[in-house]
Amino acid sequence: MAKLRIERAAAPLWVRPLIPVIAAVITLALTATLVVLAKANPFEAYYYFLVVPLSSWVSAIEVLVKSTPLLLTGAAVTFAFSAGYWNIGAEGQLYAGAIAAAWLGTVLHEAPALVAIPIMLLGGFVAGMLWALPPALLKVKLAVDEVVTTLLLNSVILFVVSYLLNGPWRDPVSGWPQSPEIAASAILPKLLPRARLHLGFIVGLLIILALWFVLSRTSLGLKMRATGLGMEAARYAGVNVGRAILTAALISGGIAGIAGVSEIAGIHFHLIDAISPGYGYTGIIIAMLGGLNPFGVGLAALFVGLLSIGGQTVSRALGVPAYLGDVVQAALLLVTLGAFIFQNYRIRWIADEPRSLPPLPASAENDLETN
Amino acid sequence: MEVFLIGLIAATLRVATPLILGTLGELFAERAGILNLGIEGTMFCGAFVGFVVGGATGNLWLGVLAAIVAGILAGLLMGLLSVRLGVSQHVSGLGITLLLTGLSLFGFRLIFGEPRIPPSIAPFERLPILSQVPILGEILGQYALTYIALALVPVCWWMLYRTNFGLQIRAVGENPEAADAAGVNVFLTRYLALAIAGGLMAAGGAFLSLAQLGAFTYGIIAGRGWVCIALIIFGNWQPVRVLWGALLFGGVSALQLRLQTTGLDLPYEMFLALPYLVTIAALAVAGRNATYPAALLKAYKRE
Amino acid sequence: MLAIQMRGITKRFGPVLANDRIDFSLEQGEIHALLGENGAGKTTLMRILYGLYHADQGEILVDGHLAHIPSPKEAITLGIGMVAQHFTLVPPLSVAENVVLGYTKGLRFDPGAAQQHVAEAAARFGIKTDPAAIVRHLSVGECQRVEILKALYRNVRALIMDEPTSVLVPQEVDVLFETLERLRGAGLSVIFISHKLNEVMAVCDRITVLRQGRVVGTVDKAATSQIELACMMVGRETFGVTRRGESPQGEARLRLESLSALDRKGLPALKEVSLEVRAGEILGLAGVSGNGQAELARVLAGTLKPTGGRILVDNRDLTGADPTCFLVAGVGRIPEERHESMIGELSVAENLVLECLDEFTRNGLLDRRRVRQHGEQLIAEYQIKAQPTDRMRTLSGGNVQKVVLARALSSKPRVILASQPTRGLDVGATEYVRDKLLEQRDQGVAVLLISEDLDEALALSDRIAVIYEGRIMGVIPAGEASKEQLGMMMSGAWEVTRGETEN
Repeated sequence: MAKLRIERAAAPLWVRPLIPVIAAVITLALTATLVVLAKANPFEAYYYFLVVPLSSWVSAIEVLVKSTPLLLTGAAVTFAFSAGYWNIGAEGQLYAGAIAAAWLGTVLHEAPALVAIPIMLLGGFVAGMLWALPPALLKVKLAVDEVVTTLLLNSVILFVVSYLLNGPWRDPVSGWPQSPEIAASAILPKLLPRARLHLGFIVGLLIILALWFVLSRTSLGLKMRATGLGMEAARYAGVNVGRAILTAALISGGIAGIAGVSEIAGIHFHLIDAISPGYGYTGIIIAMLGGLNPFGVGLAALFVGLLSIGGQTVSRALGVPAYLGDVVQAALLLVTLGAFIFQNYRIRWIADEPRSLPPLPASAENDLETN
Repeated sequence: MEVFLIGLIAATLRVATPLILGTLGELFAERAGILNLGIEGTMFCGAFVGFVVGGATGNLWLGVLAAIVAGILAGLLMGLLSVRLGVSQHVSGLGITLLLTGLSLFGFRLIFGEPRIPPSIAPFERLPILSQVPILGEILGQYALTYIALALVPVCWWMLYRTNFGLQIRAVGENPEAADAAGVNVFLTRYLALAIAGGLMAAGGAFLSLAQLGAFTYGIIAGRGWVCIALIIFGNWQPVRVLWGALLFGGVSALQLRLQTTGLDLPYEMFLALPYLVTIAALAVAGRNATYPAALLKAYKRE
Repeated sequence: MLAIQMRGITKRFGPVLANDRIDFSLEQGEIHALLGENGAGKTTLMRILYGLYHADQGEILVDGHLAHIPSPKEAITLGIGMVAQHFTLVPPLSVAENVVLGYTKGLRFDPGAAQQHVAEAAARFGIKTDPAAIVRHLSVGECQRVEILKALYRNVRALIMDEPTSVLVPQEVDVLFETLERLRGAGLSVIFISHKLNEVMAVCDRITVLRQGRVVGTVDKAATSQIELACMMVGRETFGVTRRGESPQGEARLRLESLSALDRKGLPALKEVSLEVRAGEILGLAGVSGNGQAELARVLAGTLKPTGGRILVDNRDLTGADPTCFLVAGVGRIPEERHESMIGELSVAENLVLECLDEFTRNGLLDRRRVRQHGEQLIAEYQIKAQPTDRMRTLSGGNVQKVVLARALSSKPRVILASQPTRGLDVGATEYVRDKLLEQRDQGVAVLLISEDLDEALALSDRIAVIYEGRIMGVIPAGEASKEQLGMMMSGAWEVTRGETEN
C-alpha cells in the first residue's frame, strides 16, 4: 500500500515561485464566499476587482496613486524587519511625517518649490525618525521589546493629531478639525495632467531602489541582514548589532515619515485625522508578501494598491462592499504566510511502510552531532 | 463632590469592563506563550457579531454568545497560524486584526448599507434592583456584564493557579519543551488557551456594542485592544494586578470625560495618551527584568 | 523475562544512517550502559525508545508485547522514562508542580496535596528534595534529581539517563550512582548512556557498545575491562595527532589578571582567574563542563563584560572591550557553538568576511568581487565542500567548523581562543582541526584550548590549567601531568599552590 508522506526537507525548487500564486488562488477561492453572500457572481466580481481597474488609464493611474504610500510604508517595514527589528509603528511614524509636512507646508509659503519640497521630504524623514527613536533606543539600550512600544506609540500620535486639530491648528475659517492648507509651492507636483499621480510615487520607487542597493550592495546592509538573521552570531563576529538595529529602525521611521509627507503634500494638502486608513499596518502585509525582497515589496505594493481600487470598482459595479479589498489583502497575507511554511516540506509517495512518519524535528540534525 | 466621586466610580467600572474582559483574554494567550495581536480585530468582530445577532434575534444574551463563538473561532485561527504552522506571532496576530476588521466592515456594509447615523438597538439595562440602593445605587447599578467581568478575575486566577489546565498553560508558556516531555499536549493547550482568549476578547467587544453604546460604529474599539496589551505588561501577567491596571485606566478615562464637560480648557488627549506612555515608561524601568512568559513569541515545533 | 527488547532498529536523518539494524535488550533490575563516542547513535536509539523519534524500521517489545510508541506519553504509559541531557524543567514552577505536570487527573490542582504526594514519592525512593522549592533556585544536581523523581512519579520501570554525569561535579556523581543503585534494588532498570569508561565500569551490570550507528557487542561487566571497551568503542588506536616537540617559550601574548565575571543568572562564574598564554604554546584549560569555561570564552570574545580584573593581549588592555577590539588586537576565536557563530541564511562568502568587513568596504560599498574571491580562496585552502554562494545552513558540521577555522585563521591572529573545537566532529574533521591548531602553535601563535575532553587537552597542550567552579586550580606542564592528578584538580579536591606551578 502506498502512502502520502510529508517530510521536513526543502521543497523542490520549482515549488517556490508557485507558492504566492497558489496562495492567491486559495485566497480568491475563500473570499468568493463573501462575494456570493453579497449576491454577486464571483467570476464577474473578480473581473471587476482585478481586471477592470487596469483596463482604463484613469483607474490604472489611481492604482499607482493608491500604491504610493504603500511603496513607502512597505519599504520602511522591510528595512526594519531585515535587521530583525519588528517595527509595528510605521503607522505612527507616517503620522509624525504628516504633522511635520502640515507644519512645514504652511511655514514655507515664501520658498520656491525647489527649496520647499526637499525641505518637506527631509522634515518628514526627520519627524518619522524622531517618532521611531524612543522605542529603538529602549530596544538597544534596555532590551525593551519593540513590538509593544512601537504599537503603543501609534495610538499616542493619534491623540497628538487630535489635540492639534481640535486645539492650535483648528482651521480658523471653517472651524473644521483640519489644519490650514499648505502653500502651493510645498505641494508635490503632478506627474500627469488631470490625474492625482504625484511626485511621491517617484520618490517611492527611488526608495525601493535605495532599499535594494543598501541591503545588497553596502556593508551597512550586510551588517543589518546579519543582525536580522543571526543576532548573536553577528555580535560575535564584531558587528555592532546595537548600531545596526538603531540605524535600521531610524531609517525605517524616516521612510514611513516620508509616506506621511507624500499623503499631505500630494493628496490632502492639510492635516486631517484620517490621513491613513492603516497604511502603516498594510506596509507589514506588503513587506511579508514581498518576502522582504525589495523588488518583491515593490510588486506587492502595486498589487495591494490594485486590490484597494478593485474593491471600489466592484463596489460601484456590483454593490459588493468595497471592504472586499481589505479582506482579500489580509486573507492573502495569512494564506501566504501559511503556504510559505510548506516550502520546508516535501510530499512523497512511499511504498509499503510499517507506519507513516511525522516530519523530522528541526533539532534532529543537531542531535546527530551532540549525540 | 460626593456626587462627582460616585459618578466617577460608576463610570470607571463601566469604562473598565471591556478592558477587563480583553486583558483577561490576552492574559490566557500570553501565559500560554502566544502574543495575540489579533485582540483589536477580535474585539471589533465581537462588537459587530454581538450587535447583529442581538439585534436580529432581539435577544441580547444570544448576541453575547454569538460574539463569544466568533471570538473562539478567531482564537483557533490564531492557533492554526502561530501554533500549528509556526508563523511569526506579530505578523499573524496583526493579519488577524486586519482580516477581522475587514470582514466585520464588509458584513456591516452588506447588512446596513451606508447609513448616515449608526444603527442602534435597545441596549442592556443596568441591574434595576441594585440601582435603587440609596447613595451607592449609581455605583452598584451596573450592567450584568460588568459584574460578570469582575467575577471573572478570581475565576481566571483560580483557573491559572488552581487547576491542572492552568498549570499546563503556565508550563507551556514558560518552557514548552519541558511541558511536552512531561506529557502535556503543548499544541492542544495553546489552542484551548487561545480559544478562551478569543471568547473573552470578543465578549469585551460585545459589551461595547450591546451595553455601553447600544450601537455599532467604525471606531467602536478605537485601540482598546492595544490598551489591553499594555495593561498586561503593566500588570506583570498577574490577573489581579491586571484588574487594577484596567480600573486605573478606566478611572483616568472617566475623569477626563468629566473634566471635558466641566468646560475646563484642558488638553484631554494628554490624559488619554497617558496610559500608553506610562506603560512604555514601566517597560523601560522593568527593562530586562520584565517577567515575560519565557516562551512568549516563540513557536514550538516538534511533530 | 526481558523488560524491553529493540529489534532491527534503523533510523536515517537524510543521508546519515544514525541507527543501523540495532538490537538491544534490557532486563529487569539491571543497569545497562549504552557506550559509544559522540555520534555513535546512542541518543537517537533512546529517543526512539522514548517516542521522540520514530524508527524507519524495526520493532520494540515491552514485556514481550509489541509496542507502538508514537510519543513520550505512550512511552511513560509503558513504564519507560527518560532524563535528557538538557533538563526539561519549567524554572518558575515549584519542584512539586514540575513533577506532577502532565500527570494529573481531574480539574482541580491543589498545590498542598501535590507537594505532599511528591514528598512521599521522594521518600520512597530515598531522593532528597524540597517539593516547595522553585526550580529556578536549584543546583544542577538537584535539578537532575527532580527529573528522576518526575519519571519515578509516573511509575516508570525503566529509566533512560542520557549522559547524566556530564553536567555533574564528582560529589554529585557519587550521589547519582547511589540513587541508581537504590533504584536497581527496588527492581527498576536503568539505561545509562555514556562515553566515559570508568563510570560505566563503576555502576553498570551490562554494557552495549555502539559505533557509527551499529552495535559492536554487549558484554557483562564482570567479563570485560576498560581496555576492551575502549577498543570496541573506537575501533582504532585511540589517538593519531601528537605534538611535535617542545617549541621555544615565547613572551606572554595573552594575560588574564584576576578576571571575574557573572553567568547569565547573575551568579559568579569566574573568580579571580589569572592565566598567561605564551607565544608558541598551547595552554589547555581542562575541567568538567559548566565550571566557567563558557563564560571565560565569552569574556575573551568580547561578548560578556567582566566584573573585575584585566585582560591583556600583547600588553594592550582589552578589559571590557567589544568583539571588534578583540579582533583588531589579533584574537582569533573558535567558538563552542559553531552554529551560533555563523549565520545560516547568509552565504559562505558573506560569513567569511563578517569579522573583517572594513577590509572589503570602500566608501561604505561592499566590494562583492573581492568578497567572492576571498571565499573561493579560503574554500580551496581549507578544503571546504561548498560554493561561496551556498547558504551556510546547507553545510555539514565538519564543513561549518572548517569555515569557522578559515575565518579565524585567515586574519593571521596572534592569539587563538579555541573552545571545544572538535566536539561532535567525525574522526577526519577532528584530526584536521587538531592539526591546524598545532600548526598555528608551531608558527608562534599563543593558543588557549578550552576542552572538556581530557585526552584532547593532554595530547595537544604544552601546559594544562584546570578550572573548577570558576577558579584556576593550578597550571602544570602537560608532560608531568597524570590523569589522576588532573582528575583530582577537576573535582576541586586538590589545588596546586602558586609558586609550585610556574617555572
